[in-house]
Amino acid sequence: MGFPDASKDLSSEMEVDAFRRLFPLKYFERHLAEAIRPDGRPLGKARDTTVVLGAVASANGSALVKIGSTTMLTAIKMEVMTPSLESPDEGCIAIDFHMPPICSPIVRPGRPAEAAPVISKQLSDTISSSGSIDLKELSLVTGKAAWMAYLDVYCLDADGALFDAALLSAVAALSHLQIPAVAMNDDGKIVLLSEDDGQKKAQEPVNKEKRNLTLRSIPFSLTCILHKNYILVDPTAEEESIMETVVTIALDTSGQLVSLYKPGGPVLAFTSAIQDCVALTRQRVKELKGILEEANSTMQVE
Amino acid sequence: MEIERPDGRSPNQLRPLACSRSILHRAHGSATWSQGDTKVVAAVYGPKAGTRKNENPEKASFEVVWKPKTGQIGKAEREYEMILKRTLESICIRSIYPNTTTSVIVQACFSLNPSFPPFSFLLVVHDDGALLPCAINAACAALVDAGIPLRHLAVAICCSVADNGYIFLDPNKQEEEKMKAFSYLVFPNLNVSVLPERSTQKGGEPTAHGIITSVTHGAMSVDDYLHCLERGRAVSARLSEFLRKNIEPKSSSESSKAG
Repeated sequence: MGFPDASKDLSSEMEVDAFRRLFPLKYFERHLAEAIRPDGRPLGKARDTTVVLGAVASANGSALVKIGSTTMLTAIKMEVMTPSLESPDEGCIAIDFHMPPICSPIVRPGRPAEAAPVISKQLSDTISSSGSIDLKELSLVTGKAAWMAYLDVYCLDADGALFDAALLSAVAALSHLQIPAVAMNDDGKIVLLSEDDGQKKAQEPVNKEKRNLTLRSIPFSLTCILHKNYILVDPTAEEESIMETVVTIALDTSGQLVSLYKPGGPVLAFTSAIQDCVALTRQRVKELKGILEEANSTMQVE
Repeated sequence: MEIERPDGRSPNQLRPLACSRSILHRAHGSATWSQGDTKVVAAVYGPKAGTRKNENPEKASFEVVWKPKTGQIGKAEREYEMILKRTLESICIRSIYPNTTTSVIVQACFSLNPSFPPFSFLLVVHDDGALLPCAINAACAALVDAGIPLRHLAVAICCSVADNGYIFLDPNKQEEEKMKAFSYLVFPNLNVSVLPERSTQKGGEPTAHGIITSVTHGAMSVDDYLHCLERGRAVSARLSEFLRKNIEPKSSSESSKAG
């Protein structure tokens, strides 16, 4: 506010950790001037990403994703329900994002984190905007029975770029999802076909065997921070708290812009900055697509 | 080829705008903003002493409460609160009143159908297209009414993209549902007569061309989005003129309400 630049005098005399805590913005700007970040990454590089499918054995589809330290676990449970009257031949997907207290010291038990409902809605909007899932595939008997997929994303470690990791884990779990085989019994109810051969012949299999969901173009996202003229890709929680302007761009594999989300922030985004961010996102989409395909092929081998 | 919109507007035409300020007497600042049938009331209380727990005490902080027209407060309302809070934080000069909280309460409301007889109590619930941009405009007008120091004004606009790539401004609810994609854009608006040199950014683009906030729905190509930005910028000048005209003080003897 009105303080003289105290940091200049003290920077040569202070320990690095103390400087980082007392003058965080100056600490980061010193690094940015050398085109590097405190964790050694260049400005345009995202953190190491790993995807593991089938992390939850009891769920119909699941994935565990780590981007740097940010960890997200998604599990999908399928239930049969009656479809609504307006769309009798469509199923339904309910996406929910949870931030349990384990993920961050800012989240307290009993008080839901502020970011949780926002990311939850963002996820549902992005997945429905991208049109990657055809809800008609989730239908069983038109007008009577359809699948309801409950997709729950749990944040296990919140270290920045939460939306990117959550979207990647949701999409990975959907690609791993296996719709169980069901049959309609005499009462007209849908029951799961059991693995062993104790089946009555009166049952007609509605869904003969387990099948995967076909995903059309898959959305991937990248979060960037805008600070003065710099664009920092894939921020950590510390970077997000210091430099507040965040832009999240979601592109799908066919190159369509699914979402460009910039919720305010002190720095304005000009066309040049947006185009740079889009170019960085395109690169990242290729990377993530490769990682997801590798994870899928590893699963199939097993 | 001229595309016909259901209500007969041209692609660049906005719905009728209406704005009034100081409508609530107890609030430090208040304003209503309506675009067609979407109407939003915003009230500002503050600055009040003290900041909330996780906020930075060195700066003025904002608290936004979004009240939906009907129903319980759900995820959509929380998302709108977050977007509105961050947008308003970026337009205010936060270093002037550190360690204070300013509350902004936004209520989506019913608009009275003027063709109904005045003594009837029937409220007609109409379309709600572009609710978030209306709320941002109303909140900005309410902040000016309350006398909170602002760096510049924020004007919000909704642009929708049709399947054939045509861009329509300010869609109503029906149009929003039919379109391939739409985006809410918020642009800063500076009073350019004050400092013409300062209004240019380094890269040669004037400050009024940057976006403060952008929220999109549906999939569109990157070029469509950039066209939306251009159209939005072009119309933001008109919107801000309207906003400035309506928030001018009505008389020179208006006294401060916070006192």
